[in-house]
Formats: sequence, C-alpha cells, structure tokens
Amino acid sequence: MTDFLQLVIAGMATGGCYALAALGFTLLWQASGTVNFALGEMVMLPAFLMLFFINVVGLALPLAFVAAVGVALVVMGWGFKVAIVDPLIRHGVIPLVIATLGLSIAMKQTVKGVATAQVRTFPSIFSDTLLNVGGVHVSVGDIGTVVVACALVAGLQAFLGRTLTGRAMQAVAQNRDAAVVLGINVERMVLYAFLINALLAAVAALLITPVYLAKFDMGDTLGLKAFYAAIIGGFNNSRGALLGGLLVGVMENLVGAYVSSGYKEGVALALFMVVIVFRPQGLLGTVVERKV
Amino acid sequence: MRALLEVRDIRKAYGAIRAVDGVSFSVAPGEILGVIGPNGSGKTTMFNAILGQVKPDAGEVMFEGRDVSGIGALALARRGIGRTFQSLQVFGGLSVRDNLIVAGQEFVGSAGSRLFARPDAGMGQRADEIIELFRIGHVAHLAAGSLSYGQQKLVDIAMAFMARPRLVLLDEPCAGVNPALIDELMDLLRRLNREQGASFVVIEHNMDFVMRLCSRVICLAMGTMLAQGLPEEMQGNRAVLEAYLGV
Amino acid sequence: MKYLRWVALLAVSVALYFAPGQMKSYGLYITTLWVVYWIAGVGLNLTVGYAGQISLGQGAFLGIGAYTAAVLSKAGVSYLAIFPTAALVCFAIGLLLGFPALRVQHHYLAFATLGFNMLVFLFLRNEEWLTGGTFGLNNIPRPVIFDVRFTRPLDFYHLSFVVLVVMGGVMAWLLRSPWGRAFAALRDNPIRAESVGINTTFYTLMAFAIGAAYGGVAGALFAPLVQFVEPAPFSVANSLSMLLMVIAGGSGRFFGPAVGAVIVVLLPEWLRVAQDWYLAIFGVLIVLMMVWLPGGLLSLPDRLRGRRA
Repeated sequence: MTDFLQLVIAGMATGGCYALAALGFTLLWQASGTVNFALGEMVMLPAFLMLFFINVVGLALPLAFVAAVGVALVVMGWGFKVAIVDPLIRHGVIPLVIATLGLSIAMKQTVKGVATAQVRTFPSIFSDTLLNVGGVHVSVGDIGTVVVACALVAGLQAFLGRTLTGRAMQAVAQNRDAAVVLGINVERMVLYAFLINALLAAVAALLITPVYLAKFDMGDTLGLKAFYAAIIGGFNNSRGALLGGLLVGVMENLVGAYVSSGYKEGVALALFMVVIVFRPQGLLGTVVERKV
Repeated sequence: MRALLEVRDIRKAYGAIRAVDGVSFSVAPGEILGVIGPNGSGKTTMFNAILGQVKPDAGEVMFEGRDVSGIGALALARRGIGRTFQSLQVFGGLSVRDNLIVAGQEFVGSAGSRLFARPDAGMGQRADEIIELFRIGHVAHLAAGSLSYGQQKLVDIAMAFMARPRLVLLDEPCAGVNPALIDELMDLLRRLNREQGASFVVIEHNMDFVMRLCSRVICLAMGTMLAQGLPEEMQGNRAVLEAYLGV
Repeated sequence: MKYLRWVALLAVSVALYFAPGQMKSYGLYITTLWVVYWIAGVGLNLTVGYAGQISLGQGAFLGIGAYTAAVLSKAGVSYLAIFPTAALVCFAIGLLLGFPALRVQHHYLAFATLGFNMLVFLFLRNEEWLTGGTFGLNNIPRPVIFDVRFTRPLDFYHLSFVVLVVMGGVMAWLLRSPWGRAFAALRDNPIRAESVGINTTFYTLMAFAIGAAYGGVAGALFAPLVQFVEPAPFSVANSLSMLLMVIAGGSGRFFGPAVGAVIVVLLPEWLRVAQDWYLAIFGVLIVLMMVWLPGGLLSLPDRLRGRRA
C-alpha cells in the first residue's frame, strides 16, 4: 500500500508537468488551430536555456528561470507565431504540422550541436528531503511539482474566466468572426495564447528536468504524452488537460510497476484509444457537432 | 394514389430550442412541393432530419411506402432521393464532368466491379446529357472549385440528378444565382419534372419562383407547420404573412 | 502532348533503371532506399493526398512489412510469397487503423494513427520471441526469385525499381478508375459524397488499407536491403518523415512522393558536409520550404505561373 501511494504521488508530479505542456497545446489549438508538433522541444529548449544562464552566465536558478522565460516568450511565443504560424495557418492544418515537425527537428539538432548529446543534471527548486507521512515516503519535489502545476492551472482558469482579457481570449477561441464583430483585437488575443504557451513550457521545463534530466531529445516522449493528456482530458477545457495529465502520469507509474515496464509507454495510448472510442470529446470536454 | 414521400411528426431539438417541432406532410408522385418560412423556421433542419444528416428525435419517414426512418444519408441516396445543400457543396478538386460522374457512378454495379470498370464507370454519356441539359458544356473540363458561384450552384443541382432520383430535395436553389438565370433554372426543373418523372421538395425564399414552380406549398414557422395549400392560397394567407413580417 | 508525356516517363524510367550502374555500394544503398521510401510514399499519398485522411502510421506498416519479410525469409519462404503476404497483412491491419478515422478527424486522427505506430513499435521492441526485441533480426537473405539471385546491390536495386514501377502502375490505374474519383469526393466533401451515394465508410477504410499495403511492400524490400531489422527505423519519428515526404513533395500529386523521398532520404545525405549540423539545417529547410511553398515542391510551377499571371 505504501508503495502504491508513493507511485501515485510520483506519477502525479510527472503528470502535472504533462498537464502544463498539454494546456499550452490546447490553448494554441483553440486560439489559432495550430497543431504544434514542436511541443516537446518547447519544453526542452527552456531547460537548456536555464542551464546556459546558470553554467555559462553564472546566474542563480531563479534568475536563470526569469531570463529563460524572457527568451522563451520572444522566441517560442512571438517569434513562432509571426515566422511560422501566421504565414501557414490559412493553408490548413497539415502544412503547419509539417512545419512544426521541421521546427522540432531543427530545435533538437541545434541544441545537440551546441550542447552535445550528453545527459545533464538539472538543479531542483525544491529541497531533496523525503518526508515520512505515516510510513509513506514522499519527496518534497514531487509534492511541490504537483502544487505548482495545480496552482498554475487554477490561476490560468481564473485568468480566462474572470478577467476581461481572458474572456476575450475565450471568445476568440469559440467564434473568431463574432469576436471580430465585438471589437476584440483577435491577433493580440492569439498572441497572448502563444505567450502563455511559452510560459507554461518554461515552467514545465523547470519542474520536470530535475527528474528527467536535460537531453536534446527529452521532448520526444514528453510532447507525445502531453498530446494524449490533452485529448484524454478534453480538448476544449483547461481542467481537462490537468485531469488528463495526472491520469496519464499516475497510470504510467502503476502499469510500469505492477503490469509490464515494457508497455509503460503504451499507457497514454491505451487511455487515449478508450477515450476516442467511447468519449471522443474527452473526459471533461463538450461535444462540438459536425457542421453540415 | 400512394404518396412518394410521407413525413410524420418529425422532431429535432438542440438543447431547449425545438428547431423542428412535429411536422407532417407528404409528397405525391410528380409533385413539386415548395417549403417556405422565415429564416430560422426549421426548414433546413427538417431537410437534414429527413435525410439523415442529423438524427431526428422522433418521427417517421416513409419513401415509396417503406419506412426509411434513420437509415442514413447514404442509404436514402441509394433508394433514389437526391438533394442539394444550402451552402455550396461541389467537389472542388474534380472537373465538372467528374463531379457529375462521381455523383452517379456509385449507383451501378458493386465496388468490386467499379474497380475494374472503365474510367468513366459507364456514366460518361449520362454526364454529357446532363451537361447539355444544364448548359455547362463550356466549363465541363474545369475544376469545379474554380467556377463562379452561380456556375457551381448549377453543378451542385445537376449532380443531384445524375442518378435519376425519383425525389430531389433542393435547399434554396436560387440563392446567389444571377436573376437572369432564375427563369432558366425554373424551366430546367420543370423539364426534369416532366421528362424524368422526378418529384421535388424545394426550400426557397424567392416567392415568385415558388409560386410559379410549385404545385403545392407548405409554410413553416418556429418549427411547426403554419399552413399548407396551393400557391395562390398561400399568397392571401394572413398567418403566413404575419410569420414573415413577424407581426 | 500526351505522347510526349509517355515518352518522357519512359525515358526517365530507363535512365533511373540504368543510372546507378556506376555507383559505389553506399550510393547504391541510398538510391535503393530512395526507391523503397518512394513506394511507401505512393501508398501514403493515396491515404493523405487523394483521400484526404491523415496518417502518422506509415512507418509502422514499413516495419510490419519488414518484419514479415525478415521472419518469413529466414524461415525459407520465397519472396514471391513474401511480397503479397506483407501487402495482405498490412492491408488487414490498415483496415483496422481506418476505423478510428470513421469516428474522429483532423488532429485526433493524427494522434490515433501516431498512437498505433507507437503500439507497433512497443510490440516490435518487447515481443522478443518473434521480433528479437531491441537486438532485432539479422542475416536476412536477399531475394531469389525463379532462380535469379538479387544478392548484388545493383541487382537488388533493379528488383526494387521493378517493384516500384509495378506498384506505381497499379496506383495510376486505381486512381484513374471510378475509385479514384470516389476518393477525391471523399477528400473534398464527405457529407456531399454520402448524399450522392458514395459509401464514405468503405472508401475511408480502403484508403487506409491500400495505403498500408504499399507500406508493407516497401517494408518487404527494406528488410532484405538492410539485411537487418530492429525496431528503431519504424518509430514514430519515421512516420513523421513519411508524412513530411508526401506533403513536402506535393500531396495529391502523382510524383510527389518521388520528390518527397529525395528530401527525406537524399537531402540529409547531401547535407552531411555540414557534419554535426546537418539535421538542424534539414529542419530549418523544411520550415522554410513549408512557409514558402505550402503545397509542396511540385506546386512550384503553379506558383511561378500564378506570380507571372
């Protein structure tokens, strides 16, 4: 039983990071119809940026994080939108899928070229002490990760639901034409979605890299899990991304420990398959009827 | 005489909005039935519910005496019901002639036999007949997506006749068509009605068109049938007038 | 004009058949690989380009074909039987993969097929009794058909090229048949297609199954080409390359996959002069090309004509 609880908590920590990336993915999809295949790399890049600011520039971790967020907002937020998404979006989903695929290769290989293929350790913002709660060993890092992830999702929900800007963003996501008529600056709202995506990715990097370690291809699996988490939870719902992420993280740990470690990576997929067969809109999603 | 199409108490709601709230009517063989009603009165939803594009909540649809409720759009097409859509629906990447052929080819033989059939699936001649009838020969080899709106509309309507349907449901055939062509379109539909024995149900806002073409008219308002009768009876009907004017 | 096309096609085919005669073994290997990818791309182009579906699972079918060929050829089965078997196995599995496409579309379908690829990859890696696990299967014999040995690289290239011509011919015929028109109707407007009697369920499943069968045949050439199969080349990354190949070449254009296979197979080799950076440059080139030519390389003539007009 204690093993079980430890697995669940560690799984929730990983799942929380999936959820952050998943949330960024759904935001981009809603705001602009972008299917971003460079999602995993957008978590990998801030991790290496932080390492650069720590090891080369000599900043402390919090400052390095702030600097990395700054770069991420400019490059992965604004730059990504202006240079790649804007010119391609009117050609439909597929050319953009291919372009983000190319982007993912370019980002991965550039980091490999600069920082080599070596695996690097990454400092954690949390202490590495283990708490003993009724015989269950819980790491402070895991708890902290879950708390930060949940807080971010809650904060984002509040922003989207309670503030004027957030509501305008939702209006754009639901009906672009109507938003234009209402006088909402659609382009700016879409840009916000891109910026939030970049910020979420940077936070995910900060949380997950101490556990996953920094490597140029760390985004491969991370990106995939985040996609699945997004669809499992429900594509048009930010709490759905959190639920999907946590579910995937926990189930993976449990299946890896109790069923078969070889098929651990298939867990997200199996959940995804069940969801699209029985509830294609996702666990918390709402149905969008096919237009005639 | 037995009705060609009989719709009994068809209903479709979206949440609390009852888009179609229990409409019944029938179409006799050879008849051209007009469907009028203000915007949002449920005409298109009714078409979609009859034709299986959306699933009706209740109601029965009989075609040629057999219950065809819920058999789906594909099976209805196979039984001999053609339709056009309110918005343009052509296959933009195919040529006009290929649009027509593809609209008829699936009605002959089996999938296996079509795999080994001639490229035109034996529909070339029929397609050329229809092209001539609709006078679209000059654009027959252009991609349908590259044509003007009015031309695409003609292709759209022409496609519905490829398979010699016994009933065709037309959703606003005049919308967006050059007024000069509307009389031509009416002649065309009359000829198809006379020469090929096709019956029609026509949703249309162009009253002049409805009054001159249709043998009988029904009027919907807020999802229910407000009135039915001969075209001239509708013109003097107070309820119909009120529904349109929103009095 | 029409005859000119046939003459050009024939001339290019003859040239491609004889061109690699003087190549060294690595060049020949890469050229053969290009042909193999081309075949897989022809299939994927049907699914994606002509029938308008999204598939990120073609790498898995290449893998299924390759492992089928590896297991059977090591068991002494003739390649005359292996090619049809690989095609049939993939056809059947492709049919299954088509079912999610009946329920979901767009990105959902992309991830459903991608997930299928992941599943196949895990199976290949974990089921050691059949696939040899991460070590894979080696010493795969090259084909011997009617006592003709295709052992030498050049002979094997010729065999692959002939398979390509046959498969390409079958595809051209399929696309010209009424089926080709029905696929296009499905791509352009599935709802309208149903209303004119086109069984979209049937054609969606066929688009996946036939596309998969081409992947299987390509795989059955891939295994004896490399003479060694392991799970790695059939990962999700490879399926992404396959889709890239079809889109970057020109989706829905008959020779799109040929150009696409140049980009995916040959371009990285040419970029090798850039050493460690070649894949990074490759990625940037893909992004630039999509931004400039979203319709793929074969849309270049249209694009230039459009500019002048």
